[in-house]
Amino acid sequence: MSTRDLFTFSNPHFTRGVGITAAILIVTAIAGFIVLPFAQPWVQFANVWDAICSAAGVPQRAASVTAPEQAKRLSGVVLTSNTLSRPSQEAIGRGATLAQRCAICHGPTGISRADSPNLAGQYAAVIYKELHDFRSGARTNAVMSPFAVNLTDQEIADLSNYYAYLPRLPAYHPTPQLPKPSIVIYGAPMRGIAPCGACHGSLDNKTGSPWLEGQSEAYMKAQLQAFASGERRNDISQQMRNIARAMTPQEIEQAAAYYASQPPDVVKAVD
Amino acid sequence: MLVNRKLILAHFWLAFAVFGIALTLGAWQMFIRSPIGTWLSNPELYYRSLTAHGTVMGYVFPTLVAMGFGYAISESALQQRLVGVRWAWAGFWLIVAGSIMAVIPIALGRASVLYTFYPPLIGNVFYYLGVVLVVVGSWFWVALMSINLRVWRKAHPGAPVPLAMFANVAGSYLWAWTAVGAALELLLQIIPVAAGLKSTIDAGLARVFFSWTLHAIVYFWLMPTYIAYYTIVPRAIGGRVYSDSMARISFILFLVVAMPIGMHHTFADPQVGAGFKFIHSAFTALVALPTLLTVFTICASVEIAARLRGGRGMFGWIRALPWDNPMMLALAFSFVMLGFGGAGGLINMSYQLDASIHNTQWITGHFHLIFGGAIVIMYFAIAYDLWPHLTGRELIDVRLMRTQLWLWFVGMIVTTFPWHWVGILGMPRRMAYFDFGDPAIAPQSLSVTLSAIGGFVLLASGIIFIVILARGMRAPQAEAGPYRFALAVHEPKTVPVALNTHALWVALMIALTLTNYGYPILTLALTEGTSVPAVYVGAQ
Ligand code: HEM
Ligand SMILES: [Cu+2]
Repeated sequence: MSTRDLFTFSNPHFTRGVGITAAILIVTAIAGFIVLPFAQPWVQFANVWDAICSAAGVPQRAASVTAPEQAKRLSGVVLTSNTLSRPSQEAIGRGATLAQRCAICHGPTGISRADSPNLAGQYAAVIYKELHDFRSGARTNAVMSPFAVNLTDQEIADLSNYYAYLPRLPAYHPTPQLPKPSIVIYGAPMRGIAPCGACHGSLDNKTGSPWLEGQSEAYMKAQLQAFASGERRNDISQQMRNIARAMTPQEIEQAAAYYASQPPDVVKAVD
Repeated sequence: MLVNRKLILAHFWLAFAVFGIALTLGAWQMFIRSPIGTWLSNPELYYRSLTAHGTVMGYVFPTLVAMGFGYAISESALQQRLVGVRWAWAGFWLIVAGSIMAVIPIALGRASVLYTFYPPLIGNVFYYLGVVLVVVGSWFWVALMSINLRVWRKAHPGAPVPLAMFANVAGSYLWAWTAVGAALELLLQIIPVAAGLKSTIDAGLARVFFSWTLHAIVYFWLMPTYIAYYTIVPRAIGGRVYSDSMARISFILFLVVAMPIGMHHTFADPQVGAGFKFIHSAFTALVALPTLLTVFTICASVEIAARLRGGRGMFGWIRALPWDNPMMLALAFSFVMLGFGGAGGLINMSYQLDASIHNTQWITGHFHLIFGGAIVIMYFAIAYDLWPHLTGRELIDVRLMRTQLWLWFVGMIVTTFPWHWVGILGMPRRMAYFDFGDPAIAPQSLSVTLSAIGGFVLLASGIIFIVILARGMRAPQAEAGPYRFALAVHEPKTVPVALNTHALWVALMIALTLTNYGYPILTLALTEGTSVPAVYVGAQ
């Protein structure tokens, strides 16, 4: 008994084993690649080869359809979790110089005394994305847009790195800490709302989402309302609009008040 | 002839230790997302636990059982000291090292990617390296099984290979080949990204590679169970194997058709052509054949035992079976769960029906019933049967063993039946939190609560199992005699070369892999622009 006697057509096990396997393969292939494609009356094939290619999943170019014109600009920023990692000291220094222009509203330490957002210690990717969006017009604001339009790519990167580098100071609107509202800790699964912290830093951070602790209540409420109404639309794939639209007005108020009252120390560190 | 008892015991103990931990996590998962648990408001912890549970239950635990059992079979079926004991220990320590390496990033929340890896989600590189070490350790075992059989053949030219060893080696080859899919995914795609050498990944291709592993791994989990059906149960209940050839044909069929069918896991994926999905679906139907053969042969073997004990009548013999024997009980429970699980499997493998249960709790209910139920209950039986031979001490507490098996069976039914049901109602799987206060899913609270209770019954059963084995290490010494496997009604004197060797069937397995996977993998690999940016776990 050796493999020489095994792999030969005079061995009935070999002949039958290989024969039956091949037969099954051929029959299923004919069914899967020819019979079944033509059994779908709603798909038209030019010929048999066309059907086979379709069933095999040969990549095909879609008919050239032009994308519908967008009434408003959408964000064109491409962010990966590697964008902006490991800034140099010079980059931070250049950012610090540029940031003097921003201090009127965003505060000399990156903590705003008005209802502008605090930027100190914000994730670099967030500042990077928002500045790009202000510059391209995907996000607009009467005060902010003029500052952004003239920034170069390099300046945006430097500013982002500088603000990310600043220490996370407690904000200027210290309200007594409020209990966690359920929209923040559970989200609302049946409405497709994940817990806020799943993206915004206290549980996990998804690239491009800011951490929110200590931001101005009025500012956050306005942004949520703008997302809900569609007035603000620079969130990628409508991630935030879908959530804000599904939130009730009370939930928007609760979430904004809660985050405004939080100190920044629960936010996950950048590594 | 069990010489290297320490080696075998080490495998079993490590297997059952990690099983105990993962079982506890499983029960916790069930509880925490049920209406009776209070949500801890951090989904990340749930996914951490789920990754650990899945990785241990899917990779580490069954692999160690198959390895330990494989070494035991090699020594006792071939009556030959294990060749390459040092390599066997090296494989064992690789698995220990790999498990530790994988579990640290999981525990730190750096690898919450679930055991199916879920690219483009990317976790810490040490998690994947740990999994690779576990697989490499198991490949040592594959090589050793093959070498030991070869040594034996040299000494016994032309003699029929004992069924247990024939099946064991078939299982090891199946594992060697099916693990290649996930290995390619890890080494070529995921690890380079996790190590920071690349930042994009072709997730569609990765899923196809994973499907290469995902189906046949199930049959690798199943091998020890089927070996126990054929070669332990008939002996333990005083019967004989109805047909030795039928047994060999079943294992051969597993080797050939378990492998080229994995795309039934990608029915919902757009990157695979419908023609290939159909072929895989058709071949999946074929894999029911060896299971049907097995059920038939084992029922016939059991009937032989019953008639030898004086059972009569068309069904009256069933009463004559030794129902107080834990092996008999385990077999019966296993078959019942296999029956229900198999029926559910028919739904999963149908291209159209699958759409209604895809990614729902039905799937998790299904594989817990088949894997955690039908398969694992036989792992318990194997351990009970082997233990006295490994420890040289008697397992006295037969009543406790029966209780344990009953609890596992009842617990599994209570857990998985409602689990299937909520799946049909549309409850998605792999969700950390369900808002049962919402009227839309409030009616499902009862089912999910039942599942959670069943989970605790299973946990209790698992604890009893470990207690029985631990007590068995201290029981009074008693020589158990040589370890034997069941004899066939007609013990084979000669076996045709095709049923005594694996080469032809391994060749067919590889050929079918090429026909069923070759084109989809090549086109996906060669098409430009199919990669997406990686999403790093815990990255900012
Ligand atoms: C022998 C026993 C068991 C085995 C082999 C096993 C295996 C597995 C595997 C492989 C997964 C997939 C993990 C994933 O989807 O990433 C899983 C998930 C899970 N297991 Fe188990 N398991 C066992 C016992 C249990 C027990 C006793 C419970 C508790 C009732 C349990 C609860 C769960 C839960 C809740 C999931 C997650 C399902 C989901 O959300 O998709 N498991 N199990
Ligand atoms: Cu499968």
